[in-house]
Amino acid sequence: MTGSVHALIQGVVLGILTGGVYALMASGQTLIFGIMKVVNLAQGALVILAAYLSYTLFTSFGLDPLLTIPLTTVIMFGLGVVIQLVFLRPLKREDSAQLSLLVTFAVALLLEGFMSVVWKTTYRSTNTDYANSSWTFWGIQFTVVRVVAFVLSLVALGLLFLLLNRTKFGRAVRATVQNPMSAELLGVESKRVAALGFGLGAATAAAAGSVYGLLYPFNSGSHYDLISELLSIVVLGGLGSVGGAVIAALIVSTSSAVVATVFSPTWSSFTFFVILILVLLVRPQGLFGTVERGAL
Amino acid sequence: MSIRSLVRGGVFVAALMALPLLGFEHWVLNLMIFTLMYAAMSSAWNLVGGFAGYPSLGHAAFFGLGAYFVGLWFQHHAVVTGYEPFLVLPIAGLIAAVVGFPIAWIAMRTRADVFAIVTITLLFVAQTLAFNLDSLTGGAQGLAMPTPPFELARFEWPFYYAMLWILLASMGITYLSMRSKVGLSLDAIRADEDKALGVGVHVQGVKVLSFSISVALVAMAGGVWAYYETFTYPQFAFDPIITIGMVLMCFLGGRGTLWGPVIGAFILVPGQQYLAYRLGGSQFYLIAYAGVFLLIMLLMPRGILPTIADRVRRRRAIAASSEGPPPADASPPTAGPGSNVPVPSGGAA
Amino acid sequence: MTALLEIVGARKAFGGVRAVDDCSLTVEEGSITALIGPNGSGKTTLFNLITGYLKADGGEFRFRGRDVTGSDPGRLYRQGLTRTFQQARVFPHMTVTENLVVAGGYSWRDLLVPRVLGRDRSRADVLLEEFRMTHVAELPASELSYGQRKLLEFAAVLMSEPRLVLLDEPTAGVNPVMIDTMERHIRERHAAGVTFLVVEHDMQFVMRLCDPVVVLDNGKEIFSGPPSEVQQNPLVLDAYLGT
Repeated sequence: MTGSVHALIQGVVLGILTGGVYALMASGQTLIFGIMKVVNLAQGALVILAAYLSYTLFTSFGLDPLLTIPLTTVIMFGLGVVIQLVFLRPLKREDSAQLSLLVTFAVALLLEGFMSVVWKTTYRSTNTDYANSSWTFWGIQFTVVRVVAFVLSLVALGLLFLLLNRTKFGRAVRATVQNPMSAELLGVESKRVAALGFGLGAATAAAAGSVYGLLYPFNSGSHYDLISELLSIVVLGGLGSVGGAVIAALIVSTSSAVVATVFSPTWSSFTFFVILILVLLVRPQGLFGTVERGAL
Repeated sequence: MSIRSLVRGGVFVAALMALPLLGFEHWVLNLMIFTLMYAAMSSAWNLVGGFAGYPSLGHAAFFGLGAYFVGLWFQHHAVVTGYEPFLVLPIAGLIAAVVGFPIAWIAMRTRADVFAIVTITLLFVAQTLAFNLDSLTGGAQGLAMPTPPFELARFEWPFYYAMLWILLASMGITYLSMRSKVGLSLDAIRADEDKALGVGVHVQGVKVLSFSISVALVAMAGGVWAYYETFTYPQFAFDPIITIGMVLMCFLGGRGTLWGPVIGAFILVPGQQYLAYRLGGSQFYLIAYAGVFLLIMLLMPRGILPTIADRVRRRRAIAASSEGPPPADASPPTAGPGSNVPVPSGGAA
Repeated sequence: MTALLEIVGARKAFGGVRAVDDCSLTVEEGSITALIGPNGSGKTTLFNLITGYLKADGGEFRFRGRDVTGSDPGRLYRQGLTRTFQQARVFPHMTVTENLVVAGGYSWRDLLVPRVLGRDRSRADVLLEEFRMTHVAELPASELSYGQRKLLEFAAVLMSEPRLVLLDEPTAGVNPVMIDTMERHIRERHAAGVTFLVVEHDMQFVMRLCDPVVVLDNGKEIFSGPPSEVQQNPLVLDAYLGT
């Protein structure tokens, strides 16, 4: 195997494994948009907060980050509901789109400030005993943590899928995503769905955050790195489309990783922006978005 | 132009022109430079975010672009009189407009929320590039500018007047656009873009034009800032807080008004400095800032000026209705939601 | 008579739902053509396709003999094809005069001239006179009644001297007096040479005003002919009553 092909394959593997985690983070983001038409700029901060929670549970009580996910999920769900009730519900309808964008940005800053007070600004990472081990197949390296993260993300996405497709709440959510007005006519209480939906979106940040802490060092400002990537993924996938977000996450993450391994890491962060612009040029509604601008 | 607005503008300009002559201490002028800078940038942001209704979250990218342009230019050119950096500002503005134009062209074809996402992404990409392209930008080490050779007693004056000129340019452009068909088009776009498109408004062109002018002004402010600070770091030149500052001041004073962003800046910049002074550089500053931000958004989302204007109008209406009869033919709208509420698409009707 | 607007085989689907399905339609120059059909028959979608608000999945659109398939609403407007909306979409914070002027059509070079020029105002005044709205010329549109807003929207699209106006339920939600007013204005403009395509649920209104009548069902044109024949046509009865 020649060096560049090897690097390419390594990049693809890395990209796919990382893409799983991004898919999980972005699914929460796009879900919130789908239900409430709110671009949640605090999603990155919620992920980092969850990473801190699992970090603290690990360092203070020795609990494995993967085992504490149910606990952090409950906490993040509650926090999401509270954020929706306190900050988003009072917004007037007329310009709620603009306002909610800014309000969630302010919430992100608030969380960032809170986290830097509690955990200071030094970089943390959740160093489990398996953090640095890896497997090698055919010369391609598979880091244990990344494989675990990938599998875990798939499980979480699977649960989310079941929740959306097999429960009454899920049906209400999907109805609201497709058409809020007729959903309301069919007896869906849109206000309740909005609060619970925001909670659900925040809850996906719990698993994502635990995994994020395993993979990368982070501090309170790390949410900025996350937010632009998550948002590009969500736009690429088509705002509101969970399936689209998953595929877009894989595309973005794989191409970033390939650019980083084959060319230089300098340009890898630029990759997703270029992809974003190109896709918007060809398909303004995103890869899998169905909503066209229109006057219906 | 009415006499009253002429007087108001004249007094404002004269007062700001004369302020450095009054012998204030350095810290006051320093505070005023930042106040004028934010007033100028918020006023520029207002062209896109306020008048066109497209909330850009990436204006700080162009602030940083201007800062780095001026910084880089004077890696290769000498500063002799001290005024050279001010002379290259128009080039900084032009570059920002040229960079901003295609991005806006693509991002503004979609909806306002996608536009906001593209612009905030642009900001972080620009910041990452400033960190990573260290052979060009000096990376995290930052970029040093020559020290301005101004005499100490009047050190702040050139920066003060440069920021003042950018503010006046910003307000002048705002005023002219409000009085012209540009303003009429922007009003229509903000109220109901699809309808505006359907009655032949040059929707895309006017939006992209206002974005380009807006970011050019912000880049010029960034250039002055870089020279004043003499050091440019990626995390400060491309700070999301700078974007948020512009947005917040515009919201506080009143979007889509001439004086709103200025009032917002004159309240918030000193307030910001006071918070920073009281809470030190500590992390509580961020919490307090976010708290103020949330309070403004939740309690006064339309801003000071529109809220006052509403009060006045309502009082006049009450006074008028006690004299004349109510308007005839007041049949309520029965079909569909309000005219500017977007109706979800999809499905046949 | 010649065809002003020709649609051949227009198609549009949302997900799996075929809202407009191989629909063909002709609007003759100088006619007031009605477009009717049960709810969900695709009338509004067809309107959005004709006016460029939606892109068709297939089919050909010709206006004044030229292929306009895929044109955006702005370009169609400048060529003389315009519409009103069911919900009376006006710009609420602009004055009535400004609502007219903004729709008056101006070129790039005019962008820097004042919002309302003298000649803009005189053109607007003529229309306001015709629509008996001179007394509200300087009020913000938000202070008009719903019926007045519908009139304003109609008046505004006339600023560009269009050849074809699509009216989306011009009488929905307005009182009987306003319906008569609307009918009178349509007749006046029709006499002045404007062609109309009207979606309307009020059958009496359609029967009084329109000829021919086109009936849409399941996204297809199932009937086209004079109003007198519509009510006897078995296909139309089927569509409305269901089988």
